[in-house]
Amino acid sequence: MDKNLEKEFIAKRVAKELKDGDVVNLGIGLPTLVANFVPEGVEITLQSENGFVGMGPVPNEGEEDPYLVNAGGQYVTINPGGAFFDSAFSFLIIRGGHVDVTVLGALEVDEEGNLANWMIPGKMVPGMGGAMDLVTGAKKVIVAMNHTAKGAPKILKKCRLPLTAVKCVNLIITEMGVIEVTDKGLVLKEIAPEVTIEDVQNATEAQLIISDDLKLMEV
Amino acid sequence: MNKVISVKEAVDMIHDGMTIMIGGFLGCKNPFKLIDAMVEKGVKDLTLIANDTSFPDIGIGKLIVNKQIKKLIASHIGTNRETGNQMNAGELEVELVPQGTLAERIRAAGAGLGGILTPTGLGTVVQEGKTIINVDGKDYLLEKPLRAEVALIVGAVVDKKGNIKYKKATRNFNPLMATAADIVIVEADEIVEVGTIDPDDVMTPGLFVDYIVSGR
Repeated sequence: MDKNLEKEFIAKRVAKELKDGDVVNLGIGLPTLVANFVPEGVEITLQSENGFVGMGPVPNEGEEDPYLVNAGGQYVTINPGGAFFDSAFSFLIIRGGHVDVTVLGALEVDEEGNLANWMIPGKMVPGMGGAMDLVTGAKKVIVAMNHTAKGAPKILKKCRLPLTAVKCVNLIITEMGVIEVTDKGLVLKEIAPEVTIEDVQNATEAQLIISDDLKLMEV
Repeated sequence: MNKVISVKEAVDMIHDGMTIMIGGFLGCKNPFKLIDAMVEKGVKDLTLIANDTSFPDIGIGKLIVNKQIKKLIASHIGTNRETGNQMNAGELEVELVPQGTLAERIRAAGAGLGGILTPTGLGTVVQEGKTIINVDGKDYLLEKPLRAEVALIVGAVVDKKGNIKYKKATRNFNPLMATAADIVIVEADEIVEVGTIDPDDVMTPGLFVDYIVSGR
């Protein structure tokens, strides 16, 4: 699959997890695309950790507002019914369990639901920003990412990179399938078209438990 | 008491080695005039508390590029390559703090609290060297308050008593920093007469603000 189509496929499947009324925080990159595919009849509120809810789309060229950027520093808009607040209040929303779903990318995730997505020692140390707070405080944490990086598995027995948080991930959605993190381990719940169970397992370091009710991953 | 001063008078209060806080989020309204004057003055060896180091050519980013910061306490440095370069070269000490913890540590200082307890950072490098406190069966990290000698913040509309109204996403760390420094200087997009801002709309009461400079 083409890389962009692949990202779109993952984002569309993530969007199906969202319920009417959910407060949602989307990470930078692929997770941001999820906003484009929210199902008909589902109304969500997007939270931006720099201090508002009701985030709208990117403005038209020439209509950028110097007072209004998202947590990635890009110009955005706010929808009617939105609200602004300071950083302590923004993270009260995040840390107090008032965000229903957060969607983030990952460098590594493991079979205990541990997540590494904020640094590669010696190479990339951008800082954690709000990621540690989000995955610790949100009710549901969805990792949306490509299944492998340059062919190497990203879903591991145990994360090797510095962690963002311990046992925080609930669901992993990739171009190959949908995997739920459970007490027993990683359960493959859905599988993408034209992919076999063997393909998914071969691309995954952790041992997958195949759901008795394995479904086709549809978007 | 007249709180309105010039940018030069404001920056005269900032000296080598001080601990300063600067409001803003990824260059979305840093106190640009005050920062430019700090760059011009060349004040150095500063400890900087801020959410991020912006971009190399915008706001806070310039203080990094100009090597005026000795120690940085921030949540994100990824948008300014120079911060990482100086950190890797051992020229800049960097303490990375989760964004919510950074906000709460500043709030704690302003509120006279001895710290806050949070699960954020448990089981990660953030935990290193910190006390873990168990409350009713749950572990939390003790995160200590963060204060500064000077806070440089930005307000959209500021009256001459220092009452501040922020606009849109530019509130971020500003109201918190206004409570947690010995000297608080606000750079105002617009300075208005007392009574112009409806008391219902005041987001930082003027009692927190020592000086006002014009950002125009």
